[in-house]
Amino acid sequence: MYRIVRKEALRPTVTLYEIEAPLIAKKANPGQFIILRVDEKGERIPITINSYDPEKGTVTIIVQTVGATTEKLSHMKEGDCLADFVGPLGKPTETAGKKKVCVVGGGVGCAIAYPVLKKFHDDGAEVHAVIGFRSEDLVILEDEFRAASDKLVVCTDDGSYGRKGLVTEALKELIDAGNQYDEVFAIGPMVMMKFVSKTTEPYGIPTTVSMSPIMIDGTGMCGGCRLSVGGEMKFACVDGPDFDGHKVDWDLAVKRNQMYQAIERHKYEETCNLFKKEAN
Amino acid sequence: MANMSLIKNPMPSQDPNVRNKNFDEVALGYTREQAMDEAQRCLNCKNRACMQGCPVMVHIPEFIAEVAKGNFEEAYQIISNTSALPAVCGRVCPQENQCEKYCVRGKKGDPVGIGRLERFVADWHNSHTCDVPPRPAPNGHKVAVVGSGPAGLTCAGDLARKGYDVTVFEALHLAGGVLVYGIPEFRLPKAIVQKEVDGLKEMGVTIATDTVIGGTITIDDLMAEHRFEAVFIGSGAGLPMFMKIPGVNYRGVYSANEFLTRINLMKAYREDSDTPIQHPKKVAVVGGGNVAMDAARCAKRLGAEVYIVYRRGMEELPARHEEVEHAEEEGVIFKTLCNPVEIFADENDDVNKIRCIKMELGEPDASGRRRPMEIAGSEFDLDVDCVIMALGTSPNPLIKDTTEGLVINNHGGIVVNEDGLTSREKVYAGGDAVTGAATVILAMGAGKTAAKAIDEQLMGK
Repeated sequence: MYRIVRKEALRPTVTLYEIEAPLIAKKANPGQFIILRVDEKGERIPITINSYDPEKGTVTIIVQTVGATTEKLSHMKEGDCLADFVGPLGKPTETAGKKKVCVVGGGVGCAIAYPVLKKFHDDGAEVHAVIGFRSEDLVILEDEFRAASDKLVVCTDDGSYGRKGLVTEALKELIDAGNQYDEVFAIGPMVMMKFVSKTTEPYGIPTTVSMSPIMIDGTGMCGGCRLSVGGEMKFACVDGPDFDGHKVDWDLAVKRNQMYQAIERHKYEETCNLFKKEAN
Repeated sequence: MANMSLIKNPMPSQDPNVRNKNFDEVALGYTREQAMDEAQRCLNCKNRACMQGCPVMVHIPEFIAEVAKGNFEEAYQIISNTSALPAVCGRVCPQENQCEKYCVRGKKGDPVGIGRLERFVADWHNSHTCDVPPRPAPNGHKVAVVGSGPAGLTCAGDLARKGYDVTVFEALHLAGGVLVYGIPEFRLPKAIVQKEVDGLKEMGVTIATDTVIGGTITIDDLMAEHRFEAVFIGSGAGLPMFMKIPGVNYRGVYSANEFLTRINLMKAYREDSDTPIQHPKKVAVVGGGNVAMDAARCAKRLGAEVYIVYRRGMEELPARHEEVEHAEEEGVIFKTLCNPVEIFADENDDVNKIRCIKMELGEPDASGRRRPMEIAGSEFDLDVDCVIMALGTSPNPLIKDTTEGLVINNHGGIVVNEDGLTSREKVYAGGDAVTGAATVILAMGAGKTAAKAIDEQLMGK
C-alpha cells in the first residue's frame, strides 16, 4: 500500500505528502508525474513529482487543495494509505547540455519546477529562477530555490511579498538586462505558461512548458490529455508532459482543461460540506 | 432423440425500453430447461466442425452432451480444460463467426446456441460450486505477464495450472483490462470478471495492479532484477485514433476509450463516483464496430439521443449482429453511409454540431470491402453536444520505447513468430499489442499459444 510517511502543511492550502512507493522512487526523474486515487470511489488525478528518495523508497508530492479529490487528500493523516499511486509517468525533462537557463514557476507549480531547476543546477548550468505566487501566504520552497539557483526573483500578484507583479514582467526584465538563456522552462497554471511562452517568443528563446491536462489512465489509453502542438495531435501522458511552449495551442488547452469545471465545483462543495458535517 | 427445431431457444432479455435506462445486464441467460432443450439440438457429429472455429479449441460437442444430460458441472470442467474465461466468452465471443458458423445445424435453420450454452454452464458453476480447486504443485519457475486483459489472464491461467509462479502486472488499479474498462456492465457484469480474476489468485497467481511496465518496471528489469525467466506481453491496443477533421479537440469530443473508461472503470454515471462525465443530450458516435455500439448504448443510458455515424452501409457494420440489433432495439439511430467532415462548437469550445457528408459504395478496396466515396454537395448537419470517436487504436509506445531489441512492425505492433515469441529471447507477446484492435477470444487464443510455448521453452521440451 501507498502509506503517507510524512505530511507537512507548507501553507494553509498547500501540503507536502511523502508517500511510500519504492518502485517509483527508484525510477523517477525530474519532470515526471504520478497518478493517484485517494480511495475506492476516487477519481484518478495526475500530479507531478516534487522529489524522490530511492534509498528511503519514497516519493514526495506537493498539492494545493483546489477540488474534491485534493480536499479528501488533505484530510488523510500520516500513516494512512492512498488507494493507488502509479508512476513514474511521462518523459523526464531534458536538462543536459545547457549553459544558462531560466526556470519560471507559478504557484504550486513551483513544487514541480524545483526538481527541474535542481537538475539543471546539478548538470552544471547557470540557473536563474523566477517564482510567482498570488500572495505571501502561498509562497513555498523559497529557501530550496535560493540554494540551487544563481539568481532568484520572488513575485506576488498583490505585492505582499517580494516584488509586486507577474512573473512575465520579471522574466522580460532579466532578458532585457542581457541574460542570454539557452532555454526558459515554465511550470505553473496554463495561463501563466502561455504568457511566459508569449514573452520569450519575440526573443527566439527556446521555451519548454510542463502540461498537466485532464487524464484518466496516464499511460496512453484514453486520449483525454490530447493537445494540439505545432498543428499535430499529441498525448501529454506519453509524448509529454514537456512541450515546446511556442507551438502549443494554448486557447484550446486552457478551454479543454476547464471542461468539467461546473461538475468539479459542485463535487468540491459537496465534499467540503461532508467534511464539515463530520467535524460537527 | 435430438431436438430438431430449426430455431435456437431465444435468449431471455430485459425489455429494450427498460434496459436502455439502466446498466444491468441485458441478456438474462437460459433457464436450466431452456439450456437442456437447446443442448438437445446438437447432433454430436463426428467431425466436430464447431471446434475448428474456436481459437481456444473448447471441446464443444462433449460439453453440450453433458448439458443435455443435466450434468452441468461436468460440462463446466470440459470447457475450463481449455478456456480460462468461460463466463466471459459465453457473453462476448462473436460465436456467429466462430463455432456457430461451422455448426451443421446452421445449414438449415439456426446453429446450436453454443455461446448461450457456454454462458449457462459457466454461470451455473459460479452460482453452485464453491470448491476451490487444489493448487497445482509449484514447479519452481517464475513467469511475468504484462497486462491483465483476456490475453494476459489466459496465459497466466494456463501457466499457473502447470505449477508456474506467475505475476500479472496491470497499469490500472483494477485487473481485467478491456473487460473492465471497455466492455460495459450491461454486456459483461464486472462481478463476473472479478470472479475469474479471483479464480486465478486462488490458483496462486499474483496480481500486481498500479504497475506500469515500461514505467515503474521495464521488461529488462523483470528478467534481470526480478528474476522472471520468461515474460508475456499482453498490454493491449493503446492510443485511440481520431479523425483528422477540424474541431476534433473541442470539448465534448471523446475517444470511445475515454468515454467507456469513465463509465465502466470509474463508474462516473453513479452519484457516489468522484469521476466527472458529461451528460450529453445528443450524441454522435463515429464508427461501426463493437466499441462504437458499446459507446452508443452507454450514451443512451445516460439519457441521450444517440446516432451511429458510419461511412459504409448497415450490411458492412463490423460490429456483431447481436450488438447492432440490441442497439437498434434500445433506440440508437443509425446514420449509415455518411461520414463526418467537421465538428463545430460554441464560444466556450463546447460541441454543438457535426457536419457529415453522404457516401456511396464504389469498387472493392484492398480489404475486399467496397470503398466508401463522398457524394459531392451532400453535406448535412446534426445538432449534437457530444461526439465519440470509435475508430480503433494504435499500439502503445511505452514498452517498445523502453525495451531494446524488441522488433515492431510498421503499424507499431510487436512482431512475433507462430509461438508468440518476439525478437527478444524468452519474451513473448499476444493480443491487441501484436494484432491491433481485435476480439477477446483471439487475444485469449494468443495467450494460450504463448503459455504453451513458454512451458516448452522453460521445461526444455
